[in-house]
Amino acid sequence: MIRMIRLDFISKDRMEGKTVMEKVRTILGMVKEGSLVVVEGGLSPEEEKTLIETTMLEINTTDDFFGIELYSLGDERSVSRIKKILGINGERKSKLTVIGPSNVLEQIRKEPGMISLLAKSNQYQ
Amino acid sequence: MVSLRRLIYRIIRKKRKVKLGIYGAPNVGKTTLANRIAMDWKGTIVGRVSEVPHETRKVQGMENVLIKVNGGEIALDILDMPGISTKLDYRDFLDYGIDVIEARERAKEATKGVIEAIKWLEHVDAVLAVMDSTKDPFNQVNITILGNLEARGIPVIIVANKIDLPEAKPNMIKVAFPQHPVIPISALSGENVDKLYMEIVRKLG
Repeated sequence: MIRMIRLDFISKDRMEGKTVMEKVRTILGMVKEGSLVVVEGGLSPEEEKTLIETTMLEINTTDDFFGIELYSLGDERSVSRIKKILGINGERKSKLTVIGPSNVLEQIRKEPGMISLLAKSNQYQ
Repeated sequence: MVSLRRLIYRIIRKKRKVKLGIYGAPNVGKTTLANRIAMDWKGTIVGRVSEVPHETRKVQGMENVLIKVNGGEIALDILDMPGISTKLDYRDFLDYGIDVIEARERAKEATKGVIEAIKWLEHVDAVLAVMDSTKDPFNQVNITILGNLEARGIPVIIVANKIDLPEAKPNMIKVAFPQHPVIPISALSGENVDKLYMEIVRKLG
């Protein structure tokens, strides 16, 4: 049987103006329905932290949501000392974040500038 | 020679204890490290260690740990955090011989532990970010923890743990996070732990 997996891409514009919690709710809503979500522009560390916290609150050991897989690309922070002194440490590079249900998404490989993911069948079904 | 700024900083900070959080993904050796530090400087342990993930489900700690190295010293409150994870499936615990009821309870407690550890990110003064040297360092938990600490300007020392294992590659961690000091150690055997103490006193003392 072929299992279909839905991919949702969210543009930077669509997320602009939303609060951290609104972004997290948007993403989690999609993920809980089984989608893999790709967020253009990515999530900030604070948004990632809130996403993990909220995910923990939503995990229910009696249903089938056991959490998320979260992968960010483009947040490698190897900034030189000179750049730090010049205050360009905070410059945000282009970034994207992929989020999916933990029973579907798996990382194969990640290195600076590249990520390989595998969407798989539910381990327990 | 100690600079004037550093001297003033030391005088101001004198007597102040540093709340040192031990952070990382589950099963990287956070409690083993906390126990190693506590045993070396206070002769007692912080918590129980287990091969089952999420053994530490509440923040546990030890106050007034005084580390003295090479004439320098620092007083620490050590906070051993539950492992941070993005997922928790109670069925994973069944593989360790735990029954369904206990596994569900453990998972529930573990979710609360993750939330508690995340909330503590705003209250610690410094962090030992523990990573497993045998695993891929580009782990999202590592990236999210470091990103939040960097955003708040909290000093971080990365502990590349488990170097006693033949497959350990602590250099991969150094390459992945060149912006932070990385100290390869084995919390289990005690190898290189003296270098970690030196770095703690140097960076935080």
